Amino acid sequence: MSAHFPALIVVSPLMAAMVVAILAWVRPGACLPLAVVTLAGSLWAAAGMLWRVVVSGPFAYHLGNWPPPIGIAYQIDHLNALVLTAMAAVALVNLLATWRHARRDFAERVNYFYALYLLFCAGTYGIIVTGDAFNLFVLLEITSISGYALVGMGKRDAALASLNYIFMGTIGASFYLLGVGYLYLVTGTLNMADLAMILPRLYGNKVVTAAFIIAMTGLFMKMALFPLHGWLPNAYSESSSPVRSLIAPLTTKTMVYVMVRVALYVFPVDFSFGHLAFAQPAVWLAVTSIVAASLMALSQTSLKRMLAYVLIAEVGYMVGGFWLGNRMGMTGAILHIVNDAAMTLCAFLAVGSLRQQLADDSFKALRGAFRRMPWTMAVLVVAGLSMIGVPPTCGFFSKWYLIGGALAAGQWAFVGALIFSSLINAVLFFRIFEIGFFEPFAASDHGHPPDLAYAEAPATVIAPMLVTAAGLVVLGLLTGRIVTRIIDAAIPAAIL
Amino acid sequence: MTAAGYINLIIAKYNYWIYIVLMCVGLWGMIVKRNLVKKIIGMNILQTAIILFYVSIATKKGAALPILAHHIGAHRTDPATIINPLPHVLMLTAIVVSVATLGVALALTINIYKRYGTLEEDEIHDLMRNA
Repeated sequence: MSAHFPALIVVSPLMAAMVVAILAWVRPGACLPLAVVTLAGSLWAAAGMLWRVVVSGPFAYHLGNWPPPIGIAYQIDHLNALVLTAMAAVALVNLLATWRHARRDFAERVNYFYALYLLFCAGTYGIIVTGDAFNLFVLLEITSISGYALVGMGKRDAALASLNYIFMGTIGASFYLLGVGYLYLVTGTLNMADLAMILPRLYGNKVVTAAFIIAMTGLFMKMALFPLHGWLPNAYSESSSPVRSLIAPLTTKTMVYVMVRVALYVFPVDFSFGHLAFAQPAVWLAVTSIVAASLMALSQTSLKRMLAYVLIAEVGYMVGGFWLGNRMGMTGAILHIVNDAAMTLCAFLAVGSLRQQLADDSFKALRGAFRRMPWTMAVLVVAGLSMIGVPPTCGFFSKWYLIGGALAAGQWAFVGALIFSSLINAVLFFRIFEIGFFEPFAASDHGHPPDLAYAEAPATVIAPMLVTAAGLVVLGLLTGRIVTRIIDAAIPAAIL
Repeated sequence: MTAAGYINLIIAKYNYWIYIVLMCVGLWGMIVKRNLVKKIIGMNILQTAIILFYVSIATKKGAALPILAHHIGAHRTDPATIINPLPHVLMLTAIVVSVATLGVALALTINIYKRYGTLEEDEIHDLMRNA
């Protein structure tokens, strides 16, 4: 069976989503166990594939035994096996941590939430494993459409936020599709490996250049790189907490992975970084993104919106690090895909728990939070330290590689932006820690002493959160092995 | 380039011009229009423009349908004389995608109308500011 893992990891959540949607009528109680088992199976398959790749190298899976380029091939290599394992782990842990919240937020619609959740995961896993440029578009839209529906299930202004997300997301996906169309026009193939073989003969072709730029613009839109980030803050802050902690770690990081895949393995490396003067503007775009998003994060008054802007800055880290074009920067960017997914999950799980228990996540509601919800706040502290970049959390190590790469490339603006953003993150998180730790004493003379009753979330919510927080440290400590065993092999030898 | 060259550029490649114009119409609708349903229509025009682009690159003048029936098509197996069926098939999927997107967008629009009683973006923003 392990030979079929690449197909099963996409097909089983897809099928399970259909089954869950039907079970919702027949046997509503079976939906959650089925979803958990499916996601656990996906994680097991992903880890199995990662192990196989590390032991015996990349392998391909031909759907229906059609050889590429006629059939669709799923290509498993070091890069996507790593990202896939991280995303599968995030999806599973998030469902375990938030099913209670989901039951409360969605009431009788909760089983449709599980179905959409599985559909979203199927699409995400598919984007990561596929070796076909058009197949990627289809899976991207499966993910996006279930993501729109998930965001739209939230309360209050969620429907409007989701509709704006649809507009931006559709433009992004359409641009990617158009770029693929241009490539098909000049090469006659959609298979990524085949494209990579044909494209070196077409360096001077204007259609290829246009295809690259159009597809990249579409991907930048999907990953919310400033100034194309407009959809993200509202979509993430209006959606309900189980949805937020699913799509925030998965969506943008998966799109960064697609950018890496397209720029390294579809277009030849010497085209992406040599023939096309794209790397330098992309680094500047990332610098602008980091600085602008960090400044906007400063002016937010609720935790989830603040984190949404921090997330946009993190996208800048990965884009900038990747387009530095040297081995160290690229290592940092790929490492940060994994680390940022874990950090974002950790932070948003803590926010979700705070919102469930305190019914609010504005900074005012956080007064005395350390006393009321010590475990949740401890998890938030770990996530915050990781986002600031304090060792031994994983955020430090990817930032180390990013800054090292920027120094080696002589991109001083990017070094400055990284340091600036780390300082801003320190200000942002320590402000929250201060409110949560000291405020009740300062605020008591205003006549409204804050409620200090113990209000910690139940153990079934806390346990997965603690696992995630521990995961941040473990990931940090394992950085050396991840880099030497996996990421080094994922970056083409042409990159020095 | 001479005037004839420019005219040739427009006439000979009219399918690309049509898709570019349609795409700009769609984008313009999504960005400029303040009514949410009009924005959704713009989105659909954008998606249709790309579908037309794909379909138009598959056609060849005087080529046969891509059906290999032995009694009629035995002499026409040269790919240059047959319309490329692949883009059409790809676009079947893209049409399904655009229908699904449209469905979700319209469902959300109904929810938005229920909540705010209007689909004009400016009025919704006024309501949100006053709330």
